[in-house]
Formats: sequence, C-alpha cells, structure tokens
Amino acid sequence: MTRASVEQIWGWLDAVPDPEIPVISVVDLGIVRDVNWDADTLEVAVTPTYSGCPATRVIAMDIETALMDRGVNSVRIKTQISPPWTTDWLSDKGRAKLEEYGIAPPRAAGGPERCPRCKSTDVERISQFGSTPCKAQWRCTECLEPFDYFKCI
Amino acid sequence: MTDPLFEYLLRQGDNALVLGHRVSEWCGMAPAIEEDIALANTGLDLIGQTQMWLGYAAEVEDKDRDADALAFRRDVWDFRNLLLVEQTNGDFGKTLMRQFLFDAFNVLNLTALTQASDPRIAEIAAKTVKEAEYHLERSRETVIALGDGTEESNARMQKALTVLWPFAGEMFVADDVDVAMFDAGIAPDLTQLRKDWDVIVLPSLNSAMLTVPDSDFAHKGGKNGVRHTEHLGHMLATMQYLQRAYPDARW
Repeated sequence: MTRASVEQIWGWLDAVPDPEIPVISVVDLGIVRDVNWDADTLEVAVTPTYSGCPATRVIAMDIETALMDRGVNSVRIKTQISPPWTTDWLSDKGRAKLEEYGIAPPRAAGGPERCPRCKSTDVERISQFGSTPCKAQWRCTECLEPFDYFKCI
Repeated sequence: MTDPLFEYLLRQGDNALVLGHRVSEWCGMAPAIEEDIALANTGLDLIGQTQMWLGYAAEVEDKDRDADALAFRRDVWDFRNLLLVEQTNGDFGKTLMRQFLFDAFNVLNLTALTQASDPRIAEIAAKTVKEAEYHLERSRETVIALGDGTEESNARMQKALTVLWPFAGEMFVADDVDVAMFDAGIAPDLTQLRKDWDVIVLPSLNSAMLTVPDSDFAHKGGKNGVRHTEHLGHMLATMQYLQRAYPDARW
C-alpha cells in the first residue's frame, strides 16, 4: 500500500469532530501538534486541552478510528504536553464555527466580545466555569440568553 | 532517605490528588449549580494534574507501579500531601478559603517549577500553572466576596481562616527533600515563596475584611508523612474503596 501524504492526513484529521463540541474539528481546536510517518507507523502527537479533560481519551480513539477507516493500519498516538495548549491555536475557521454554534470564541481580553446570538456587546459573566473544562458561562443582558464562552488560556 | 526526587514528585501529586478528591466531594451538593460546576471542574483539573505528577513519580521509582497504584494502593503514612489540603470541606466558605490559601501557593510553586532543571517537571508545571492561575482567580474573588459580604458570611470566613491558618505554614517549611531539590535546581526557595505568597494573600484577606491570626504556629507532618491529621484516613477509605475491594477492576 502506498503511504498517504502528511498533508492528506491533516485533511482527514480535519474531519474528525471534537466529541464535546462537534462543530469544530480536532485540528481546528489546535490539539493535533504533529503528524509523521515512522516507517509504516503513523505517529500523531496530540496535546490535551485541560489536564483532566475526559474528552482527551475519546479524541485519541476517534483519531485512531478515523485513520484506520482510511486504511492506515498502524497508528501511534503520542501525548505531548509541551508546549502547553493555548486557545491561540484555535483556527479562524474554528472560531467562526464556534460562534455560529452559539459559543463565544476566546478573546485575550478575558471575556466574550459579544453575544453569539443577538451580537449585543452588553454581556455579563455568570460563572468562570461551565459545562466542559474549556468553557465559562455568560449571559447577554440585551436578549437575556445565557451562553457558553470558550475560556481563553 | 528514599530518592528525594520521588518524594518530591509524590508531594506535588498528592497535593493535587487529595485536594482534587476533597473538592469532588461537593459534586451535587454545592449551594448553586454554577458553584457545583466550578468545584467539579476544579477537581477535574487537579485529578488530571495528579496523573502527570504521579505518572512521573512511578517512572522515577521504577518499581512496576503506575499512577493508579500510587493513588489507590498506598496507605495514609505513605501520602506526602500538605496537611492543609486534607482538611475537611466544612461549609462552602471553608472549602474556598482552603482553596485560596493553596491556590496562591500552587501558582507560585508551579511558576517556579517551569524553570526546573528537570525538563519533565518544567513541562508539567508549564501545563498545570495555567489551570492553577484560573483557580486562584476564582478562589480569591470568592473569598473576598464572601468575607466582604453579610455579617453571617464574614463570620464564617473568619472562622475558616482561623481554623486553616495554622495549616498554611507547612507549605513554606523546607526539609531535607526541599533542600535536595533546591540544590538540584528544581525546587524554589521556600523562604522567598512565603514572601511572594504574603503579597498575594494578605491584601486579599484585608479586602475580604478578615483578620489574619496573630500567630505563625504551623502544624507539620503532612508532606513528610510523619503525622497526617485523622481526616486523611477517612478520606482514603472512601477514595480507595473500589480498588481495595476489587483490585484492578476495570469498566
């Protein structure tokens, strides 16, 4: 079998959804750090978002399954914690998709720019934490809807 | 003395593990759903950090144990966490006060460890300090809000501070392990760390309208395992039950 090119593999991985926020891919999330062939074994370096994120193991499994489905028979997932993941690695495509989905994308200023629904900039924080380790809870004071904000770290 | 590096890694891992478990005891019981979620997330971060520290400790020890074996198959006297983190949750205020006193230490300690001569320690510290900073932001704000809140909340926070203060000093007392790790270019100077901790903690407690106890008496015996408080054994009885009753159980 001919080995798929690394570019092609990045493309396949970009179709693997994040298990908790399925509108973005694991590549959009910035957690796939490296892809390379070691003889006939494909090595994929993945970095966790948060140390205790329970999705990390599911993500590794999803990546392995997706690559097997494409005919890659030998896959090695390597966990890489350095340099530590940062929300700066979220792709622009990922950010746009997050907002479309109703999750305000991360911002260095430490809070969302605007309500992902009505786009009002009058927003307030409910809690620094949310339904997954990567999110916080905010509320729009214009349309009164609560929404998730992707924490900036 | 056993290998100081192993001992030192156990201290980092056990602090995260014991506090992480304590915080998880709130799951489903916090005063508001946002707080419940915040506590659960904090606990989750700490347990994730535990896996990295104890995972490395197990490799250094090289006796065919892994992070799970270290977490679930050691008894009280083999734990190396600070006495502060094993103290019972008490009310919500006491839980947040304990968190704040530890978070301030944790952020400073991890920040220093990002420069450690041991690259693996530096990597783990760089990863975990970001989470610790986030925890500190919340515990600090909450301690101030509750201290500078109602008469009732202020009284409870004062009581929490008075009870927990004698457990804070242990963080800064350097022993043989700390000295060996300092000499190896790994651990920070704890005397300097105390000064930096005071700069974070004292003004916050002042903003929280709380009075710092007038004594620096410090209970010791947690990080060297010589004398844990009675609470740790009770906690481990719950935490380790499943792995003790059904060793190597998987699901």
